[in-house]
Amino acid sequence: MSEALAELRGVSRVYQKGKERVDVLHELDLDIPGGDFLAIMGPSGSGKTTLLNLLGGLDRPTNGTVTVGGAELSSMSNNQLSNWRATHVGFVFQFYNLLPVLTAQKNVELPLLLTNFNARERAERAAIALDIVGLSDRARHLPRELSGGQEQRVAIARAIVSDPTLLLCDEPTGDLDRGTADEILGLLQILNREHGKTIVMVTHDAQAAEFATRTLHVDKGQLESRAAA
Amino acid sequence: MKYFGLIWHNVWRKKIRTSLTILSVLVAFLLFALLNAVGQAMSTGGATTGAARLVVVDKVTIINFLPRSYQNKIAQVPGVAAVSHQSWFGGFYQDSRNQFPQFPVVPDEYLALYPEFVLPDEQLQAWKRNRTGAIIGRDLAELYELKIGDRIPIQSTIFTNKDGGRTWEFDIEGIFDTTDPKGGTAVLLFHYDYFAESNTFGDGFVGWYTLRLADGADPVEVANAIDEQFANSPNETRTSTEAAFAASFAKQFGNIALIVRMILGAVFFTLLLVAGNTMSQSVRERIAELAVLKTVGFRDGTVLGIVLTESILIMAIGGVLGLGLGWLAAQAIGSAMAMFVPGGIVISADIILLAIAVMIAAGLLSGVFPAVKAMRLSIVDALARG
Ligand SMILES: Nc1ncnc2c1ncn2[C@@H]1O[C@H](COP(=O)(O)OP(=O)(O)O)[C@@H](O)[C@H]1O
Ligand SMILES: [Mg+2]
Repeated sequence: MSEALAELRGVSRVYQKGKERVDVLHELDLDIPGGDFLAIMGPSGSGKTTLLNLLGGLDRPTNGTVTVGGAELSSMSNNQLSNWRATHVGFVFQFYNLLPVLTAQKNVELPLLLTNFNARERAERAAIALDIVGLSDRARHLPRELSGGQEQRVAIARAIVSDPTLLLCDEPTGDLDRGTADEILGLLQILNREHGKTIVMVTHDAQAAEFATRTLHVDKGQLESRAAA
Repeated sequence: MKYFGLIWHNVWRKKIRTSLTILSVLVAFLLFALLNAVGQAMSTGGATTGAARLVVVDKVTIINFLPRSYQNKIAQVPGVAAVSHQSWFGGFYQDSRNQFPQFPVVPDEYLALYPEFVLPDEQLQAWKRNRTGAIIGRDLAELYELKIGDRIPIQSTIFTNKDGGRTWEFDIEGIFDTTDPKGGTAVLLFHYDYFAESNTFGDGFVGWYTLRLADGADPVEVANAIDEQFANSPNETRTSTEAAFAASFAKQFGNIALIVRMILGAVFFTLLLVAGNTMSQSVRERIAELAVLKTVGFRDGTVLGIVLTESILIMAIGGVLGLGLGWLAAQAIGSAMAMFVPGGIVISADIILLAIAVMIAAGLLSGVFPAVKAMRLSIVDALARG
């Protein structure tokens, strides 16, 4: 278990909705070994996104500790978390969340603005990332000139451009048709197998979960494993 | 700066909205440049900018005349090196729109007080020999294409001559220049003697006195001594520096500086609302994008800086365009009104520096609330909404 890339210990997350207390996650433990491709399933509102946000240092647990790559996220300041995210983790969202005013290339370069790379180095690295996701020929296109699948590829390129170990994907195919979804999932599989990325993917789609190496279900604030395909 | 591309593209995310905002910034800074330049031209006023001279005027209003007998009394006040007088003739050339100052003066006395005016000696001698002779400044000569030897009619709005008419004819005997780079020369000078003999009011009065201080004399002491001397007489005086006199002269036409400030205040208040609204909208419609920036590792302070820079950039684009247009307009207006503002209307370095400071301040003010909102944005909430 000390081999784990990410460790959640006794993690609870409570939201206060007015006077109502919402116990989203309750004393949850999770170990994610390096190289894992983990699918997390569960009904809507069960806390999947909350779990992913905690893993990515976007949110803090009410109780418990989140440790990723030896760093304890819960003890970091906001700025430390920002720096940590910039180098250790990549995010992919359901609705791609590209900046509409920037070309695909510039969207991918975005995280590199926070590094010391110069303009030429940034462009080179973004080109490599776009090549990995198979979109080199769309580098100069704006997001609105791309299909949903292509936008998601650009988003994946943006997530991997600073070469993080951990990729967090929140329903990455939730907005795509089956065929395109399978292409994106295949791409994630390649990133996991050939590029050594550890991937945690939230999905409500059982077929999508099949691309992962294992699947956990969120239920009543806890994780439980069922027989994976 | 590596964020510039990001900032630039965000500024233009809604092209029409940004263009309209920039247009209102442009208009504000066009007015800013022009009104300030006109204000400066008016306050430096008229023909001269000398500071070492004092002006003695009627205490009640500069429109009242002073007795000519005051000249000797002023000359005897300790600290006064030289004194001469001028009077407002209120004339125009050919058309009532062609107004410029004409002063009846005593040639040697007057020129001794204004060493910045340079006139070739033979022209001075010619002027002194000709009772109806006059000299004009280079600005005026160029404006109306006048030359030595011309005989020009000046129609006074105040003084009737002995013929019963108000048209006075003068022979141009000389054209003078100025060594003061800020001073204009759109002035006509003619003989006080001729004026005194020919006008129907008589010869015992002048408009005001100008005096030069002796080296080391305290202007305040000299001014007080003069004003005390004429206290409780029918013509009490007020003595001030020439610059202050020019400013009070301008006040006769309304308190220009105050009006300028009020107009600009209203313009910039409106501008802040317009630009602030643009920035608020711009931030509101890209909450999710700002959350993405933070997600990939942009710090809160960086996001604040990016939004503020966008706001300042909008001000800077509109402001620079406005100043440029203001400069063009100043050329046009300056040459159309050369008789009122002989120095021309100049967008000075002061005005430009002030404008730049205002651009930055207005950018910060209109951007600060949206920028702080962007900075404080919670990633989790924003992504859940988007
Ligand atoms: N910022 C928040 N404030 C209050 N409640 C929240 C907040 N974020 C999520 N929740 C609640 O927490 C629960 C889990 O949300 P989420 O993790 O987004 O679920 P999922 O991704 O599985 O659909 C939901 O009931 C949701 O309403
Ligand atoms: Mg979710």
